[in-house]
Amino acid sequence: MNKTVLRLIINRIGLGILTLWIVSLVVFFITNLLPGDAAQELLGQAATTQTLDALRAKLGLDLPLYVRYFHWLGGMLVGDAGTSMVNGIPILQLIWSRLPNTLLLAAFVTLVSVPVAMFIGIVSAMYRGSWFDRYINILAVCAVSVPEFLIATIAVLIFAVKLGWLSALSHIENAQTFGEMLKVFAMPVLTLCSVLVAQMARMTRAAVIDQLSSSYVEMALLKGASPIRMVLRHALPNAIGPIANAIALSLSYLLGGVIIVESIFNYPGIATLMLNAVSSRDMPLIQACAMLFCFGYLVMVLIADISEIVSNPRLRK
Amino acid sequence: MNTHTPSTTTVESTQKASFSSRFHVRSISGLIGLILVGFWLVISVIGPMLSPYPPNDFVSNTVFGPMSMKHLFGTDYLGRDIFSRVLAGTPYTIGVALAATVAACLAGVISGLVAAAATSWVDMTISRTQDALISIPSKMFALIMVASFGSSVPILILTAAIAYMPGSFRIARSLAVNVMTLDYVQVARLRGESMPYIIFKEVLPNMFRPVLTDFGLRFVFIVLLLSAMSFLGLGIQPPEADWGSLVRENIGGLSSGAPAVIMPAIAIATLTIGVNLLIDSIGSKSVQH
Amino acid sequence: MTELVKVCDLQVAVRTGAGVDVPIVHGADFSLHKGEVLALIGESGSGKTTIALSLMGYARSGCHIVGGSVQVDGTDLLTLSDSKLTKVRGRTVSYIAQSAAAAFNPAITIMNQVIESAMIHKTCSRKEAEKKAIGLFRELALPDPEHIGERYPHQVSGGQLQRLMAAMALITDPILVILDEPTTALDVTTQIEVLRAFKKVVRERNTTAVYVSHDLAVVAQMADRIVVLKNGEIQENSLTKDLLIEPKHEYTKSLLSAMKPESRQDTATQTIMDLETSTPLLEVRNLEVCFEKDKRVLQDIDLKIRRGSTVGVIGESGSGKTTLARSIVGLVEPSLGNIYLDGEALNASASGRTREQLRRVQYVFQNADTALNPLHTVEDILARPLSFYHGMKGQKRRDRVAELLSLVHLPDSIAKRRPTELSGGQKQRINLARALAAEPDIILCDEVTSALDTVVGAAILELMADLRQKLKVSYLFISHDISMVQAICDEVVVLYSGFKVEQGAGESFKRPPFHPYTQLLIDSVPEMKQGWLESTGANHEALPKIAPEKANVVLCPFLDRCSVRIEGKCNQVIPARKKLEKGNQIFCHHSFSNQKAQEIEVEKQPISQLQSV
Repeated sequence: MNKTVLRLIINRIGLGILTLWIVSLVVFFITNLLPGDAAQELLGQAATTQTLDALRAKLGLDLPLYVRYFHWLGGMLVGDAGTSMVNGIPILQLIWSRLPNTLLLAAFVTLVSVPVAMFIGIVSAMYRGSWFDRYINILAVCAVSVPEFLIATIAVLIFAVKLGWLSALSHIENAQTFGEMLKVFAMPVLTLCSVLVAQMARMTRAAVIDQLSSSYVEMALLKGASPIRMVLRHALPNAIGPIANAIALSLSYLLGGVIIVESIFNYPGIATLMLNAVSSRDMPLIQACAMLFCFGYLVMVLIADISEIVSNPRLRK
Repeated sequence: MNTHTPSTTTVESTQKASFSSRFHVRSISGLIGLILVGFWLVISVIGPMLSPYPPNDFVSNTVFGPMSMKHLFGTDYLGRDIFSRVLAGTPYTIGVALAATVAACLAGVISGLVAAAATSWVDMTISRTQDALISIPSKMFALIMVASFGSSVPILILTAAIAYMPGSFRIARSLAVNVMTLDYVQVARLRGESMPYIIFKEVLPNMFRPVLTDFGLRFVFIVLLLSAMSFLGLGIQPPEADWGSLVRENIGGLSSGAPAVIMPAIAIATLTIGVNLLIDSIGSKSVQH
Repeated sequence: MTELVKVCDLQVAVRTGAGVDVPIVHGADFSLHKGEVLALIGESGSGKTTIALSLMGYARSGCHIVGGSVQVDGTDLLTLSDSKLTKVRGRTVSYIAQSAAAAFNPAITIMNQVIESAMIHKTCSRKEAEKKAIGLFRELALPDPEHIGERYPHQVSGGQLQRLMAAMALITDPILVILDEPTTALDVTTQIEVLRAFKKVVRERNTTAVYVSHDLAVVAQMADRIVVLKNGEIQENSLTKDLLIEPKHEYTKSLLSAMKPESRQDTATQTIMDLETSTPLLEVRNLEVCFEKDKRVLQDIDLKIRRGSTVGVIGESGSGKTTLARSIVGLVEPSLGNIYLDGEALNASASGRTREQLRRVQYVFQNADTALNPLHTVEDILARPLSFYHGMKGQKRRDRVAELLSLVHLPDSIAKRRPTELSGGQKQRINLARALAAEPDIILCDEVTSALDTVVGAAILELMADLRQKLKVSYLFISHDISMVQAICDEVVVLYSGFKVEQGAGESFKRPPFHPYTQLLIDSVPEMKQGWLESTGANHEALPKIAPEKANVVLCPFLDRCSVRIEGKCNQVIPARKKLEKGNQIFCHHSFSNQKAQEIEVEKQPISQLQSV
């Protein structure tokens, strides 16, 4: 790895940290913009001024907003996200109990969707204009147009209600064997994948087509290369950057989709935790979950950026 | 004679082999899109007037009633007329989304133009802020907003507008930056033209088509976001309902295949697919010319 | 001798969106003997590349071969199936593309791409292929032939890539090689190296080749026989020596005459002498431009343009010629130095200049495709400067637009059209008319003819000379074409790598002595006669290494490529600017004279500043 590459990577990481900091500002100030404070919420209507003030002081709510921001940010940096307003459990503990489930779901989805999308994208780019390409395109347009709750609902209707193969709810604590795992994950994964695959396949197709129209692919053709060779040897290595970006962008969509899917299948992940926090207005938990999601997004974008930099032959020495 | 053309070579031949037929298919799907979009736009304006029953009244004793002449789309979990409720939901789904899309695109395009035209320092500040906003997943942002401010139509519009502004900003900025480096803009600069003249006469008109396509795309995203919020019970609040809320309310009728849950779902799908088909045909036309 | 390649009644068509075939090649017939080099020559749209590609049974996107036959070594390629064609491409017939920079895959090392066709067609083992490739690299006079293959395409220069592509084409010992404008994208001094290398391998291997080009002079060096094309039809098919001396077809004659720019220094030289003492219209003093810190694109530039005169600035890509023009109009801010209009200093940036100042100095961009807003009509484009600078409105403005159109020899009817509906030449005329609408004192023209076909470009130059007579406007011509510049300019400035290496009257560039770089440039311009390539003095052989350069000192920019450099002088101290007997000022240690040239140290100060890099 040479200096330019290293400098670019460090630059990207710096930008990522800057972005994360701005995100923290946005998240903190939106959640603290309205007057009504947490002490009021906790104690309810019956609270006296003294008890309220006492609790405010205990929670640090009597301090100016910016001081509270820095306390909060400092806490986040050392991994202390505070305690839940609702049940007083440390937020970190709540998150740790749910995070593996969400990561597991995300991993499953990624493992299924990325190869499928790559395959569809590349094949439809190779045979663009063919019937296969056109049908895939229409299917993809439909898939990205339909809300995921609809896909989930249809999946439930077919596989749980009509066919009775799967349970409508995902009880992962019951999943001991691989077969049971498969049953639990089938519908959430299917739902998330349908949109993801469509998005990634479209972007992959566009990236590959872009390469296929380049002079050096034409040159390969004139050297007698087969269509497969033109795509695999000549077009793909140059499409890695755009494809990595497409994957990162789509997987970041996964972060949003997971909210719906976890809620529908009652899957015990971070998203359901956050949804519960929203309905109980548990602000510290909401802030922590939001920061976690944004962090996840930024990491993915960073990975895509770095793979683009590393795969760029012009930066090689 | 056509066999002379090298047709396995994916690079060039597939395009010509099906050039005319593809064009045809594209325009048909574009036409379908146009019809769907036009239909729903008209319904969103005159829909409530066509409503056979007051949408919030309990008009039937049967819950999850089937389709009939009396109740075109059946009845819901409380015995309300679904046809009337879908019509009543149209302004919510389309109107709120449209307002949010207009706001998002206006804010995005304006900030994009400012960033492209301004000094690098201003550009940096705007771009960084927009980048930070784009890295908050839209649904996550909506949850934060609703948790902080509650759910109401203005908050939903504001939320969707802010969530989808950065995407519009990115596209507008990169388009504007591209156009600004073109020689004809340099010519205008060298002539001594003012920034407003350059933006309105030279730059904006040349960004129009891609910005329009982006507008459609953003509209679809916002419809999906708002429906999802309603589906989670965090969008339009009862007794009012958009299509997403209708699906949520009547999810209990799913096992019996009640039209109460299927019809609103179909409404959402036809709207978003219609817009996408329309955009697709606009996009491919601009490529072909 | 038998015919190796025989093309009969070849027809190629483009299928439009409506599904209608529009023919672009109408029945071409020609043939080649073994060892013969045939040139296809014509302007853009003449079908020359389309015909060349059909020799590989290939038609580009949107095109298809409608009829005829293409016999190569006894097989009609047009009857072959696709999989059979794959076996022909790169094996029997190989291809050298116009832009090697685009035709090399950036992600794969050069060696792997050079031997790829040998691997695909399994003509030999990888080891043998690599050995053969290295041999070819050596034959093509590539530097470091043993290791150049390990690099990536972006790590070698354009001229080298073009030669590497020749190695790629020859690796399978094909029966026929197609060279598609292989030197068009290169500077003249690089072009000559590549042409020499090509010619050497083609002759040594007795290769049969088809050479596609728009440049008759280049083709005259390479081809035994020339086919002249226009609008997809063959106009003439003659032996090179016959065609150059006695062109049969009218079109060939017009091509030949368009390539010889006529001298046009009518009366202007005289006027300049008269005005030598008065304030110049435009003056550039001690200009320096840095893009990044310590990266000087231009340095120590002085230039005077007198009223009514034409000054040419020439140099190859990277010489800073466009930057010079852009800093004069205020698109690029210089880091040092000033620009004066009628003795009055101009603000460094266009935004700081008055409307009147902007009006008086107009800039015509190289590429009319991007210089005209595609959404505006011709009338909009021309009317804007009229109302902006002269406050014209209504009928008066419409009349003036019509006047401007007739001034650039375009019909009135064009006013309502948009640039996308016009031809390249028409667009360039509109581009020029827009500058004229301002009624400027000086027009800066940045390579205004380089994107145009020869005949069209010649007509634009004709028009500009005409306008100069009529309107008494001054020009600054930026160009890479020394023969064009010396023919039409009163004064010529030669830029090399940001330095002004020579300056003098246009006339004086007709006879030596010159600065060594100018000499190289002049020697590199292909002449329209056979054998020029062998006889020209332009020397591009790698020069022997001389003692290491003195560190941290600005030296002669041409040091690395100069064939007359002086050990101990050129690599130690910066040369002074001195005047040659014929009046040219050069930036060199040599004085090219028997008598001791008077060493006038023109502007001592900036040079001493330079030494403190």
